[in-house]
Amino acid sequence: MAVITVDGRDVQIGDDEKLNCIQAADRAGVTIPFYCWHPGLSVVASCRMCLIETGQKNKDTGKVEMVPKLVPGCQTPVKDGTVIITNSPKVKANQQFVQEGILLDHPVDCPICDQAGECWLQDYYFNFGHKERQADIKPFTSDRKELGEHVTLFADRCVMCSRCVRFTREVSGEAELQVINRGSHAAIDIFPGFPIDNHLSGNVNDLCPVGALCSSDFLYQQRVWFMEPHDSVCVKCSTGCSVQLHENHDKLYRIQPRFNPNANEWWMCDKGRFENQYIDAPERIGGVKRRGRDQFENCDWPAAITEIQRCLQDLVTHQGGKTIAAVVSPFLTVEEAYLLCKYFKGLSPEATLVLGKIPVDGQDEVFAKGFTIRAEKCPNRRGVEEVLRHFQADFMTWDQFLAQADAKRWKGAYITGLYPETWNDEADANRIDNISLKIVQDFSPSPIARKATFVLPGVTFAEKGGCYVNHAGLIQATDWALKPFEAAHIDGQIFSDLAGRRGLYQPTAIMPEVAAEIPFFARSASGVPDGGLNLVTGSEKSPRTSQLGTVTHPIPTFRTVASDMLEVES
Amino acid sequence: MQANDPNIQWVEEPQLGWTGRMYLTPIIDGLTITLNHFFKAAKGDTFTVQFPEERPKFGNPLIYRGVHRLNKDDEGRVKCVACFMCATACPAHCIDIVGTQSPWEDREKYPQSFVIDELRCIFCGMCEEACPVDAIELTSMFDLTGASREEMIFDKEKLLSVYDQTIAAEPMKSKGGHAAGKGA
Repeated sequence: MAVITVDGRDVQIGDDEKLNCIQAADRAGVTIPFYCWHPGLSVVASCRMCLIETGQKNKDTGKVEMVPKLVPGCQTPVKDGTVIITNSPKVKANQQFVQEGILLDHPVDCPICDQAGECWLQDYYFNFGHKERQADIKPFTSDRKELGEHVTLFADRCVMCSRCVRFTREVSGEAELQVINRGSHAAIDIFPGFPIDNHLSGNVNDLCPVGALCSSDFLYQQRVWFMEPHDSVCVKCSTGCSVQLHENHDKLYRIQPRFNPNANEWWMCDKGRFENQYIDAPERIGGVKRRGRDQFENCDWPAAITEIQRCLQDLVTHQGGKTIAAVVSPFLTVEEAYLLCKYFKGLSPEATLVLGKIPVDGQDEVFAKGFTIRAEKCPNRRGVEEVLRHFQADFMTWDQFLAQADAKRWKGAYITGLYPETWNDEADANRIDNISLKIVQDFSPSPIARKATFVLPGVTFAEKGGCYVNHAGLIQATDWALKPFEAAHIDGQIFSDLAGRRGLYQPTAIMPEVAAEIPFFARSASGVPDGGLNLVTGSEKSPRTSQLGTVTHPIPTFRTVASDMLEVES
Repeated sequence: MQANDPNIQWVEEPQLGWTGRMYLTPIIDGLTITLNHFFKAAKGDTFTVQFPEERPKFGNPLIYRGVHRLNKDDEGRVKCVACFMCATACPAHCIDIVGTQSPWEDREKYPQSFVIDELRCIFCGMCEEACPVDAIELTSMFDLTGASREEMIFDKEKLLSVYDQTIAAEPMKSKGGHAAGKGA
C-alpha cells in the first residue's frame, strides 16, 4: 500500500493503481484544476493549469526532497512517499496567471455562450483565478464555423487544450481535427472538405472544457442551468451506454454520456445522442384505442384494462391457454418483462411467451480504444431472454410467432413494440390478421397497430424507470426523466394493472421480487448501483473509485458555489 | 413573559371628564382639520390629480418601475442577445425567451421570441439589473390596462413598440452593452 501526502494529508492508494497527481489528490479530496488532461486520452500537459509542487519523502530519514520547479500534475505519476503541495503561493500564482493568459484571447461572451453554467474556465476562474480580469482588450467577434453535422466551432473561445484533437485521433480514430498554425495563432480546424463525420463526433462537444465546440443540435436551445439531469441508459444498441437525460419542462433537450467503466467509459455514439426525435414526435399514440365496428374508438384506461382481462380470460377458458401469446419486446425493462410474463403464465401455464423482434443493423462498429457500437439495436435482449427462459424454457422468437400465426394457432396475442424505428410492415400485419384479439402496446403507429383490436399507448425509455441488461450481462438501472406523453401509461403500470396489482408501479419494488424468483438476477436484489452489476461475471468496477471519471465538472459548479454564498449571508 | 413581570408597565385608559363625555372637543378637533383641507382645496393646493385627463408627476421617471421595453440599437434592431439572464433572475418566472442564431453578421444570438406576462410580473426590476446589454428596461408607464389576459402578454413587437413610445421622454439608461456587437 503506497502512501501519498497531499497538502499534509496522507492518502493510501492500492499497489496496482497507476495514478497521476491529479487522481491521487482527488482521493484526498483536493482539487487540482486542469483543462487538457482527460482520463480517457493521452497526456500532453499543455495547458499548464495543473502545475503543482511535488517531492519525495525519504523513507529512512523522513526528510522530504522537493523538486525545485513546478511540475504538471497530470504527467507526474505518484509512488510511495510522493509529496504533493497544491496550495502554496507559487502554485496559486501559476493558476492565476494561466487563467489570465487564457483570458487574453478569450472573448468572455458568456451571456451568449452555450457552455456558460458548465464552463470550466468560468468555474476555475471563480475558484482559482484573479479577482478581476486584468486584460480588457478584446471585444467579441463571432467566429462560428460548422466542423461537421453535429459540431460547431467558435474559434476565439478555444483554450487550446487539444482534447478534441486527441479524441479524434485516439478514440474515434479518424483524426479529422488538428491544430493549425502555431503560438498565439494556433487554432483547431479541419482539412477543407473533410468535415468531422465519425459516429462519435458528438463527444468532442462534451470534451471541450469551454464553449469552443458546441453541439449544433443543442445550440441556443436552452441555457444549461434550466435543465434537470436524470440518469438513464441509452437504448439505441446493446452496449447500454450510461447517459444523462437533460430535461426542462418535460422536454428532452440533450443526452450526454455518464462515466461508466463497465459499459461505455466516457463516450457515446451520435445515434444514441442525437436520434431521439421519436420521443416527442407528433404522430405518437396518445390515447387508448379500441376497434369499433369499422374504425377505432377512444377508450379510457380502466375500461380497456377490464375488457382486455375479460377477453384474454374468455380465450383461455373457451379456446385453451395454447392459443394466446405475449410478444415481449427487447425494449421493455426487466421488471416490465417479468410482470407481463407473470401475468400471462398466471392466465394459463400453457400461454406462449415470444421474444420480440431483435433489430440488427449491419456489423458491430469497434473503435480504436474498444468503444463499440453494436449491431444489435435494442437495450435489453439479454434481460428479456433471461426472464422468458425462467417462465418458459423454450420461448419462441418473433419469426416463429409469425409462422405459427400463418398456421392459425393464435386466437389472442399481446404484442409489445416500443421500437424507436419502424419494426414491422404491411406484410407482417397481414400475417397476424387472422388473430381475433390483437392487443398492441406501442408508442408510434405502425401497420400492426393499425390492425389491432386494442392499441395501448406505451412510453419511451425517457419516460420510465427500470433495469436493462446489456450484451455483456451488465444490469443498469434508469430513472424516468419525462412525464408520459398525453394519456400514455408507463408500460410497467399497464402490466401491473392487468395483473391486478394495486397502486403505482414502482420498478425498485418489483426488482427484489424478480431477483428472488429468477436466479440470474439474484445479485440485483438490493438495488442496482450507479455503474451497474455484471450478472454474468459477477465483478464490475465502481465509477466512483476507479478514476476521476467525469467529463463534466470535477469541482462544484458556479451555481453550487453561489448558493453556498447565499446560505452564508442569510 | 409573565403578566406579573416587573418590566411591564400597565397603562390605564384615562377617565373622561364631563366635557369629554359630551364628545364636543373631539368633534371640534375633527371638523377643524376638515375645514382646513376644504379651504386649502379651494385655493387649489391639492394632491389629487384628475386622472386620466391629468397625469401625475414622478420624482424621477428614470427609476420608476413600470411597463418593460426592449431597447433598440443604433440600427433599429433589438438590442437583446437572448442570454436568458433576465429570465433566470425573474422571481415571478414571467419572461419567456426563444433564442436562435441571429440573421446579422455582427451578432451571434438574438431572441426569436421574447414574451413577458405583464400580469405575472411583480415589477421588481431584477430583469433590468441582470441584463448585460441593457436591452430590457422598465419605463415609467404605469397605467397598464387590457381587456383580456392575452392582451397583457407582451411579445417582442409590443415591447419594442413601448420603446418607440417612450424613448423621446426617457432616454436609454446606458449606452453600453455590446456583449455581442462588433467593437465596444
